[in-house]
Order: sequence, then structure tokens, then C-alpha cells
Amino acid sequence: MARIRKRSIQLSKLCSFACCRSSSQDEHAQIGQKGYSRVVYCNEPDSQEQIRLRYRRNYVSTTKYTAVNFLPKSLFEQFRRVANIYFLVVACVSFSPLAPYSAPSIILPLVVVIGATMAKEGVEDWRRNLQDIEANNRKVEVYDKSSCSFRQTKWKDLRVGDLVKVCKDEYFPADLLLLSSSYEDVVCYVETMNLDGETNLKLKHALNVTSFYSSAESLKEFRAVIKCEDPNEHLYSFIGTLYFDCQQYSLSPQQILLRDSKLKNTEYIFGVVIFTGHDTKVMQNATDPPSKRTKIERRMDRIIYVLFSTLILVSFIGSLFFGIETNNDLSGGNYTRWYLRPDKTTVFFDPRRPAVAAFLHCLTGLMLYGYLIPISLYVSIEICKVLQSIFINQDQAMYDEEMDRPAHARTSNLNEELGQVHTILSDKTGTLTCNSMEFVKCSIAGTLYGRGMTEVEIALARKRGEQLTEQAPIDASESKKSFKGFNFRDEHIMDGKWVSEPQRDVIQKFFRVLATCHTAVPEVMGPDEIMYEAESPDEAAFVIAAREVGFEFFARNQTSIKLRELDPTSGIRVDRVYELLHVLEFSSARKRMSVIVKNPENQLLLLAKGADSVIFERLSKEGRAYEERTKEHIEKYSEAGLRTMAVAYRELDNDEYKTWEQEFLKAKTSVSADRDVLMDELACQIERDLILLGATAVEDKLQKGVPGCIDKLARAGIGIWVLTGDKRGTAINIGYACSLLRHGMKQIVITLELPEILAQEKEGDKEAIAEASLNSIKLQILKAKSQVTEESSTEFGLIIDGKSLTYAMDKNLVNSFMDLAMRCATVICCRSSPKQKAVITRLVKSVTGRTTLAIGDGANDVGMLQEADIGVGISGVEGMQAVMASDFAIAQFRFLERLLLVHGHWCYRRISMMICYFFYKNITFGFTLFWFEAYTSFSGQPAYNDWYMSCYNVFFTSLPVIALGVFDQDVSARLCLKHPLLYQEGVRNILFNWPRILGWMFNGLLSSIIIYFLTTNSITGPAFRKDGQVADYSVLGVTMYTCVVWTVNCQMALSINYFTWIQHLFIWGSIAFWYIFLVVYGSIPPTLSTTAYKVLVEACAPSILYWLTTLLVVIAALLPLLSYRAFQIRFQPMEHDRIQIQRRRPESTEYDATQRRLSESSEARTSSELPSEVRIRIDNLKASSKRKN
Amino acid sequence: MDTNGATTSSAAGGGSTSKSSSKKHSRKPVYSRFTQQELPACKPILTPGLVIATFTIIGIIFIPLGLVSLSASEKVVEIVDRYDESCVPSDYSNDKLKFIQNPSINKSCVRTLTVPKLMKSPVFIYYQLDNYYQNHRRYVKSRSDKQLRSVSDEKSTKDCSPEDKTVDGPIVPCGLVAWSLFNDTYGFSVNSKTIEVNKHDIAWKSDKEHKFGSNVYPKNFQSGGLIGGAKLNSSVPLSKQDDLMVWMRTAALPTFRKLYGKIEQDLQANEKIQVVIQNNYNTYSFSGKKKLVLSTTSWIGGKNDFLGIAYIIVGGLCLFLAVCFILLYVIKPRPLGDPSYLSWNRSPAGHPN
Repeated sequence: MARIRKRSIQLSKLCSFACCRSSSQDEHAQIGQKGYSRVVYCNEPDSQEQIRLRYRRNYVSTTKYTAVNFLPKSLFEQFRRVANIYFLVVACVSFSPLAPYSAPSIILPLVVVIGATMAKEGVEDWRRNLQDIEANNRKVEVYDKSSCSFRQTKWKDLRVGDLVKVCKDEYFPADLLLLSSSYEDVVCYVETMNLDGETNLKLKHALNVTSFYSSAESLKEFRAVIKCEDPNEHLYSFIGTLYFDCQQYSLSPQQILLRDSKLKNTEYIFGVVIFTGHDTKVMQNATDPPSKRTKIERRMDRIIYVLFSTLILVSFIGSLFFGIETNNDLSGGNYTRWYLRPDKTTVFFDPRRPAVAAFLHCLTGLMLYGYLIPISLYVSIEICKVLQSIFINQDQAMYDEEMDRPAHARTSNLNEELGQVHTILSDKTGTLTCNSMEFVKCSIAGTLYGRGMTEVEIALARKRGEQLTEQAPIDASESKKSFKGFNFRDEHIMDGKWVSEPQRDVIQKFFRVLATCHTAVPEVMGPDEIMYEAESPDEAAFVIAAREVGFEFFARNQTSIKLRELDPTSGIRVDRVYELLHVLEFSSARKRMSVIVKNPENQLLLLAKGADSVIFERLSKEGRAYEERTKEHIEKYSEAGLRTMAVAYRELDNDEYKTWEQEFLKAKTSVSADRDVLMDELACQIERDLILLGATAVEDKLQKGVPGCIDKLARAGIGIWVLTGDKRGTAINIGYACSLLRHGMKQIVITLELPEILAQEKEGDKEAIAEASLNSIKLQILKAKSQVTEESSTEFGLIIDGKSLTYAMDKNLVNSFMDLAMRCATVICCRSSPKQKAVITRLVKSVTGRTTLAIGDGANDVGMLQEADIGVGISGVEGMQAVMASDFAIAQFRFLERLLLVHGHWCYRRISMMICYFFYKNITFGFTLFWFEAYTSFSGQPAYNDWYMSCYNVFFTSLPVIALGVFDQDVSARLCLKHPLLYQEGVRNILFNWPRILGWMFNGLLSSIIIYFLTTNSITGPAFRKDGQVADYSVLGVTMYTCVVWTVNCQMALSINYFTWIQHLFIWGSIAFWYIFLVVYGSIPPTLSTTAYKVLVEACAPSILYWLTTLLVVIAALLPLLSYRAFQIRFQPMEHDRIQIQRRRPESTEYDATQRRLSESSEARTSSELPSEVRIRIDNLKASSKRKN
Repeated sequence: MDTNGATTSSAAGGGSTSKSSSKKHSRKPVYSRFTQQELPACKPILTPGLVIATFTIIGIIFIPLGLVSLSASEKVVEIVDRYDESCVPSDYSNDKLKFIQNPSINKSCVRTLTVPKLMKSPVFIYYQLDNYYQNHRRYVKSRSDKQLRSVSDEKSTKDCSPEDKTVDGPIVPCGLVAWSLFNDTYGFSVNSKTIEVNKHDIAWKSDKEHKFGSNVYPKNFQSGGLIGGAKLNSSVPLSKQDDLMVWMRTAALPTFRKLYGKIEQDLQANEKIQVVIQNNYNTYSFSGKKKLVLSTTSWIGGKNDFLGIAYIIVGGLCLFLAVCFILLYVIKPRPLGDPSYLSWNRSPAGHPN
């Protein structure tokens, strides 16, 4: 116990005490005021005071609806759609005499459609509810004061003030204040992957005063009150005060354990519940992701408006004529159409007030022609999309064996957008590359170590045309000790050979830095097995490398790091303990990290590693011995696509350290806004006069199949932007390796690393620098633009760094920059921050107005993923944050090819065809009603029986459309991949442009004219059967309806390209169902079936004329489309027509062979010719589409 | 590849949770031709051959069909006689309305029809009305199917206004349709010999058996203020009132024929038929025409040239298109003006035709 106490005092010197003293003043001012009013009575959840505060229970619900509000709320959601409101109004009005048909026949379809959508919502919400139940019923151990022990409770029963015990690898049930842990120095490790996507462990430590409560017995006495901030969404801040033992102690985020993070490497902790349920920071953070709608859907809305206008126009025309006719009923004091009893009529038909009658008739018309608006469109599309996404999820070709992850469409409403992607914005690390770092080379004291070629080097060599002697399975013999993260081969260093190297001191220091300067945590798995939990894979690679060379890091605690290393003189492995004094952590701004340690020889050392530029500028004069050569080596490494780090150290003077430490601690514990700045400045003060040891090179391995995939995407005409945090050299090399940059391509580099700018930077006038930079960027962009326009036949690759990008985003420059960027095949933005990534994405989206797809895997890509039209998350190794923010999740970058070229293309095609067809079928139907109207003096009498009409959208035409939307394929998956250019159909949106939509509508109009006039002329008038009977209203209705059902279903058969048994079943089944329906409906008593009574069995079926008319009308109505398609294929075949026809030809095998030869050679030569040809072709396409516009 | 993965950092193996679960069951999608969208399918493509074949076949089928229908229609003998103008006495020709509305004037009128060709029995008698909107919404709805069917629903006349009830109770059959029942009558004679007209088999069987009740008798019909059309014999049940049943099958279009009766004897060519028409029905107020039609039928029904002509036109159009396409492919076999064939899509071996 004494030892523990001593330790904790030691630790508190570092953080806690100092914290309290320095920061209490400004915080106290806030506690108890607005926004800082929360009071927690620790260990007294039952006390009156606590109960009176009425804080929420720990029950969490993420569902959209509850059992009570489901009905009203989901109904409200449904009726936010314009079309649905229209149908609701129609349904209400249908009870009035205005209605042209009976109320149930209009209400039933609406109920079916709304019910289906609501059922879908309900099921989705039920799934969420199940997840909630699972989370709410997890078990946690809660302290029971009466028995002085812990008992299990469900998460949802937790109350504010409860004391809980959380064990290793368990999630925290609520936001807790850490009291004590299994460690003597009351620290614990926390993994916050669910919060921020970072997989590294974070260290939390309790206040010293609470550290004594580390057993169940001692907790009985624990009483304290916490006053703190109200619930808020800031994950990294916490302000509060602990009133304990008549003392006040300030609390910081260091003591707070957040819900949904996980306890790691620590046996157990005790904590007090502060925030519960929806008050927890993670729940406060939960916001609905931005809802995305596809371009097609947005256009569909516009089409619906067009249809609405048509509807209004048509009803207006109808009511105009109706008014005139009604007015004529009273001519010269006589009632003309006496059989209508105009003398004793209702207001709807009153010839004395024709204007009123016409106006009311307009309402009737709106209802009657409502069939122009497809009621089931939305629900059909939703069904299709859900089924489509099931197909995406089920695709075996997008399943990753290694990770055991299939592709996952997280939202189903963006499927067709996948087929229209114009620009891909990709993260590099973890997306193009594996984010598995392998330590491959190093340069120590100006000597190169490590042999073996990286993949990038191989690709580069191939690019230069060098014939590689096939690297004999180099590592077959050596690789028995191969580890992930380590691929270093050098017999001078390995197996303890470094001892005999000339620079052995430097080598020793070098690896000691690697073994100590990090934040990794070792986990001893077995006698010879140590795992490391590291902040980044680079760091893990360093520690592993050090271990493999002989500097094994095996234990760490808050104050020390233990190494087991080879003593060069004695040759024995000895344990060395480094006392860890300070960790100056890595940040993207600092680009370096260092530790201050005291080695066993009592020397104070500062060990540092970081980006070469940062380290080099901090070297002391005498520390630059290897600078030149190291620089050379780093250059070489980054050329080979390796990530480099410079390694340096410094011996500290005791006095200097003491004074610095005091200032540093003060800064560390201050809570002022400029704390970070202050700390950075102080870190800078100590990180100087370094002595360079060498540099490391870590390979960022390319993911499987990336170059091939990128090549395919480029051939599909998709622009690819890479947004990376890497430096220019590395980025360019990765670009080459994954065939983003190709041999024949011209590079345009926009940078600020120009001599004149650098010179100005030394002078330090910020405004002058900004101005000069802006001008320089402007100049570079203009120059590049003229170059691009001059040599329009060559491909260009644009490379720009983050700093230049900020200037290029200037509002005066942004347009010309985007213009330039859009003309380049590839754009690489290096050194860009996560925020810049999101900004660029937004810009590309808004400036081009085309569909953008962002792909990334890390928490830093979340902004980009949410900003883009489609976000694709790689469910890789960097946690689930990106996946959670994405719309589609795939396991590997290369699956993008299939996702876009196959599924995207198909879905785009399906949905656009489906919508066009939907409008077609409803216009065909709606206008036959209108033509009939014209022959009833526009009185509003529908041509068909009420129930025929209401079944039209639901039964007779819906299933084939859904089959089209789910199963249709223009060409097979194999051909989609083989002819990536096919993808341009979606990018240029040629299946859903206005001419095509209007064409389909015109086709519908034509069909309706053909159907109406051919049917009426063939059937009515003289007898239609041998027994002399004439066709009445009901017979005409059935005949016309039969023709409509046949026509629209056959048009479907004509326009789909893919007939499986499903299509056959649905199309012919729908037609058959119409006859079955007629028989069944016609056999129920005439008071219900009215005009449909026995109409088929008795009247139509025995008439040969009925069947002959059907045949004539259907063929005649199909002719326009058939001949149009025939002429179109002949004169202006579309891409898929051409491929289909080629596939059919006998000589296609030869053609295939040529294609294959071409593509193979192109891949071998990293495709210097082919893409440029593609380029020209795409330019042609673009030009032609521009002309059209 | 990563057999040693477990020994390295978890940062490099973040998917560890999924790895452990994979041992239990893989999440690999199950293969089936359905889920992989590889169902066997027929992929029809409009190749030139198919286009030409389709058009030719349609043409070859349609033209004979058209010719057959046309010849069937030619065989039908039809006599049409418009009588609304000529059956108004000349002194009323300026005020036909007055004539028709005056019940005291004798409305009978004699017409002579010449049979052009032998008309084989049965010869159907129709009356044809023009510009008469039996399909007007107000008119169509103004009936009560319930009431027609059973006595018990006598009172369900809600749609029938204003012909729903009189002071004596509900009208059976109610509504405008029944009220405006056609009331012209025709009497036929050849050489002063009366020709029997069968007026009993002219309604649909379903109407007689199911729609119009055999125990429903007309009640209060045409007894209101304004008399519309024909009166009904209130001792005959509705199911035997064939004229009513025919009339109540409302017509689809404003020009329509309705069966009046059948002549069940052959009419010889050049026979003169005397028709005595009781011209009672008022079509003058809305200037509708009235015609008397005598017609035989064939398998196609009445005289219907339209269908045959339409078939021939559509068939001819298809043949014409077929010829066009044949010429297109023979004369200009290779598409010109298509830039895409100049680029990657062109292969040295492709497109020999």
C-alpha cells in the first residue's frame, strides 16, 4: 500500500495536483451557472436530492417512432410527398358527388401503397428497436451499498450517481467519472473506436484523491458531489468540480470515460455515473446523417410537376367544353337534352349556372385524370431499390475472403446514382493502399540498410521499361520470421550483426529511439510473443522493427518504458528501464513526436522522430553530420513510394530541463484558450539542437487490384481525384504505381515551394506572403490552362498541394481552377487536411453539377463521404467511422469497379427505364380516359369500371415494372466490365434526359390515341357478334382496357433486354390475371360488379371481333416503338446496342481476341495509347452532348 | 498471408472481431444463379434480320386477316333508313319540337324500304340514335341496380333523383335511364303481309336472369309531372321487359344502335318492306337523328369494314417497313456518320457486312 501511495504521488506531480491548482479559478466562475448546473451525488442515487433532480434513466432509444406515435408520425412522413397529398385529397373528395367513381376504389390503392411504405418503415424501425433492446439489456455491475458488493444490473436501470465496475474489454454503459482502476497509479486505457474511429488506446487517469477507493469495502464510505456542465456534444471537453472531503477538485476530460468506448488493457475500473442515456456525449453527438437524394429522383419530381400541369390543363380543357355543352342544354328557353332533366338538376350539371358547373367539373376532372400521376411509382421504386441493394449485398464478386466482408449497401436510395458517377474523390491511405505499414528500409548514419524492392519500385521500373529479373522468391528462406508490419532484410543488421558495423553506436541509438519514442502499449501474449497496441500502423511497424533487430520493448507504465536489448560488449540481453518523463505527442501540425526520458545511466534524453522537413530544421550544427546523405536517401525512398521519418535525439542539460518542465507543467494544466499554442511553443523550445541519427522508410502497401481498377474506371471516363495527406513525391509515386498517372501523361504541378515564395517566407511578412502566393497560384493556373487548351490531345495529370489549394480555393480563382481540374484526367491533392477534403468535394460537386463519389476508410474521410453525392466506405482496418458515415461499404477499393460499372450501370438503367415506363403506362391509360371523355360531352364519366381502374397500377402493370427495375440487364456483368465505356451512358444521363422522357410520354400519347380510336371504330356501331348484339358501354370498356393491358405489358416486353422466367411470369401473368380478374369480378352479384357483370364470359369472349380487335390494336400500338427502335439501332445505336449486336456476331470471337490483345498490351505498357483514344472518344461524346444542350 | 497477423498490432488488424466471428460462420454470400443475377435468360436484340422478319410476319398475317374480315363484312346486308326528318309532317317542319311534344297529333308514319340483296334470317332490327349522350355521367349514374333486382330494395333510389319517387312512393324502375326509355315502334309488312317481329330474345341473358328481377313490377312509372319516354306494362315483371333491358344497357358513344327485334324469316332481294313507324321519341330538341336499321350478321357481326381496312393498312405498313429495312441493309449495309466506329470500338476484323 505504501508503495502504491508513493507512486501515485509521483504521478500526481505530473498531472492532477497541478491541474487543480491552476485551473480552478476560471472554472469555478462557471459552475452552477447556466450551462453548468448538473449535480451528481456520488454513490447516493437514492438520496432525495438526487431524485429531485430527475435526471434521465440510462434507457436509450434510437428509433424514429414509438408504438404510440408510429401511426401519426409515419403518416405525416408519407404525406409530405406531393403526389400522396394529391391522392389523399382525391380520396376525401371521392365521398362527394363530385367523384367520377366510387370512393372505395380510389381509397383502396392509396391504402395499399401507403400501407406498404409504412410497413417498410415499421420493419426498419423494429430492427433499430431490437438493437436498442440489446444495448439496453446489457449487464453491468453496480455497487450495492447495503451489501457492500457489486450486483449485476441492466444498462437501462442505471441511474445518475450509481457506482459501477467495468471490466476489461467491456463497454462503458454511460459517461463515467473514473474513480480508480486495477492499476496502482489509477490509470486505464480506453479504446474510442466507436466515437472517433481511432483504434489507438487512450490513457485516462483518475484524481489522486479517489484512488484509494479501489475495493468494494472501501467504496461504502465514499461520498462526494460532482457539479459539472450540462449535457453537450463536445467529446473532448469536460468541465466539472468534485466536492470531496470538504475540498474542491477540478475535473477534466482526463477523468471522464465515455459511453460506447471500451476498456482495454485494464482489469477493471470503478466509476460514478454522471450522464445517462440521451445525456451522454455520444448520444448528444448522434445526428441524422444528411439525407441524400439522387439526381434521377429530383428530376422525377420535376416530371411529376409536368404531369400535374398536364393534369390541370387536361381537366381545364375538359371543364371548358363541359361548360359549353352544359350551357347549350338550355337554348332559347328550351332544354335541349331533355333526358338529362336539366330543368331539375343539381348544381353540377345546371345549365343555368354553367360557370359553376364547369368549375366543379374541373375538380372532377382532376380526380378522373389522376391516373396520369402514377400512385404506385414511389413505392415501386422503393421496392426495387431495396431488392437492388440486396443484390449488391449478395454479390460474391464483391466479397472479401480475408476480412469476411461482403459489400453492403447501407442506404438503398442511391443505387442508380452509382451509375452516374462523374468524379471519384479518393482517400489514399487505407483506400488505395492497405494501411498496413511494413518497415522495409532505413538509413542510419548515412548508410543504407535494407534490400528488396517495393511494389512501387517494381511498377516504376516497369514504367521505365526495364526488364526485371524475376525477383527470386527472395524471402522464401528468410520469411519464416515474417511479420505483418515488418519486411526488412539486411544481413548487416539482423540477428545481432549490427554490433560489428562501424557505426554501431549510432545504430544502437537509432533503434533505441524507435523502441522508446512512441505511445504503443505492449501486450504480452506468451513467453515470446508480444503484441503492440499502437496509435498508427507506422508506429507499430517501428516498434516491431526495433524488436526484430534486438531492442525489444516489452513493458510500459505511466512513468517507465522497459526494453530488453543486446549489450554490444557482453553480448547478453539485458533489461533496461527508461524513466519516461514527458511525451510531446504527435499532431498533424507538429508533424513530429518526441519523448523525454532518463536512461539507466541517468542521462536526460530527448528522443524525436518526425517528418524530415521538420526534423532537419531543428538540427544542431554538430548534429548535421549525416544530413546530406540522409536527405539523399529520403529522396530516394520517397521516390520509391515509401513513407519516411527522420530520427534524431538530444541530450538535455539538467537545469535547462528543470526550468522548462516547470513552464511546461504550468501550460499543460492551464485551461486558457491558447493552451495548445502555449504547449506547442514550449515543445518547440525543447525540441531543438537535435542530432540526426538517420531515417526510416515504411512501405504503404497498395491494395490488391488497385491499378487495374483505376485503369478501368479511367477508361469508363470517370475522373479520379486523390486527396491525400502525403507529400508530393510520395503521392506522385503512388499515383504512378496505381496507374493514376500514366506514361504519356503530362504533369502539371501547382505548388508554392518556389524560390521566390520561400524567400518571402523568410522575411515573414504574412500579408505579403499571402498576396505573393495568390498571385503565383493564379499565374500557374492560367499557364496550365493555356497549356491544356493547346495540347488538347494529350492527357494531363494535375498535382497540387494543400497549401496551394487554399489559395486556389479563393473565390476569384476557384472557377478557373476547377475548369483546369476538370480538363485533367487525374488530380492529386497532396498534403490536404480532412477539412480540405470535404471542401474540395463540395466544390467539385457544386461547380461541375455532376455526381461525385467519395471513397475513404478513416475518420478523417467522414466529412468528405457525407459531402459527396455518394460516400463509399472501405470497411478496412481504420475502424468503422467511415463505414458508419458511408452509403455503401466495400472491403476493398477494387470492388469499386464492379460496384460502379456493373451494379451502378444496371441500377441506373433499371431505375431510369422504370420511371420512363411508369409515365408511359399511366399516360397511355390516362389519355384513353380523356379521349372517351370527349365523346361523353366531357361529363366526367370514366370509360372503365371503377375497379378496373383502381387495379390498374396495383395489379395489372406493377409486377412487370418491378421486375424491370430489379432484374433487367442490358449486357452481362462480364461485358459491363469489358466495355467500361458503356458507363458513359449513365454519366451523360442519356437514358433519362428530357428528350427521352418526353419521347416516352409521346409514345404513351400515341398509344392511347391508337387504342382509343381503333377500338371504338372496330367495336361500336354495328353488331359485334353473330347474334346481333351491339357493344355497349361495358363492352367497350372491357375491350379498351384489354388493349391497354396488352399494350403496356407488350411494350415492356419490347423494351427489356433480359428475359428470364421471372419476366415471362410477370408480364404474361399480368395479362392472364386481367382475364382471371374479369371472370372473378364478373361473377359476383351485379349490384357489386355493376357493368362488369359477366361481361367477359357472356359478351366479349364469344365475340371474334373482340379478339381480332385486341390483336389489331396491340400490334398497331407497338409499331411506333418497334420501328423507332429498329431505326435507332440502324442509324444511332447506343453503346449497349452495339455491344449486344457484336456479341451476337459469329466473328465476335475474333473481335474479342483483338480487344483482349489490346487491353493486355495496354496494361503491360500501363496503357499509353488506349486511354488517349478513349479520351478522344469521350471528348467527342462530350462535344456532342454539349451541342445538344 | 497473415497467419502471423495475431502477433502484430491491433491497429494493423482492426478487423479482429470479425475475424474471430468468421470462424463460426462465414458471411460469404450464398451462391445461386438468382442472387448473382446470372439466371438463364433470353436476350432479344433487334438485329436487322429480326426486324425484317418481324415486320414481314406481321404483314403476312395481317393482310389476309384483313381481307377475310372485309369479305365477311361485305356479305352482311344492311338497310339504313333515317326517318326523323321525313316523319315530321311538312306543316311542322319548322317547329318539330311542337309536333313531337303534342300528344294529340298522330305520329304514325309509313316508310318503304327496298331489300337490296337476299337477307337471310335472322334479320336484326335496330334503331340508331345520333348525338344522344347515354354515356353522360348524370345519365349513367341515374339508376338503381338494387331496385331492379329485388322487390325488397324498392326504396333504394338515392342515385335516381329527380326520377326517384312520386307522391305515391318510389318509382320502379327509377332514374333517368329508365325514364327516357325509347318509345318509337315499328311495324313491318311485305305486300300487306305483316312480318312477325320477335322482341323477346333481344336482351342479354344475364340481364334477364340476374340484373332484372322476375318479381319486380313497374310501379309509379311515368306517372310524375313530366313524361319521358315509353310507359311500361305494370303487370309484366322487369325481367320480361326486353326493351327496357336493352335500353338500360347504356351505349358507349353518342351514336349508337340498339336492338329492337328480330325478323325470323328471309327477306328476298328487291322486296319492298312497308314500315309503320310511331314517331314518338323526341330527338328534335337536341337535333339527334333517328334511323331504322335492318341488318344480317356474319361471324364478324354487323357490317364493319373498318376492321378489315385497318388490318390491311397495318399489315401493309409493316410490309412497307420490312422492304425499307431490306433496302437499307442491301444498299447501305454499313452505318455511316457514326464517329464511334472510328475509335476504340472499331476492330480490324469487325463488321464485314
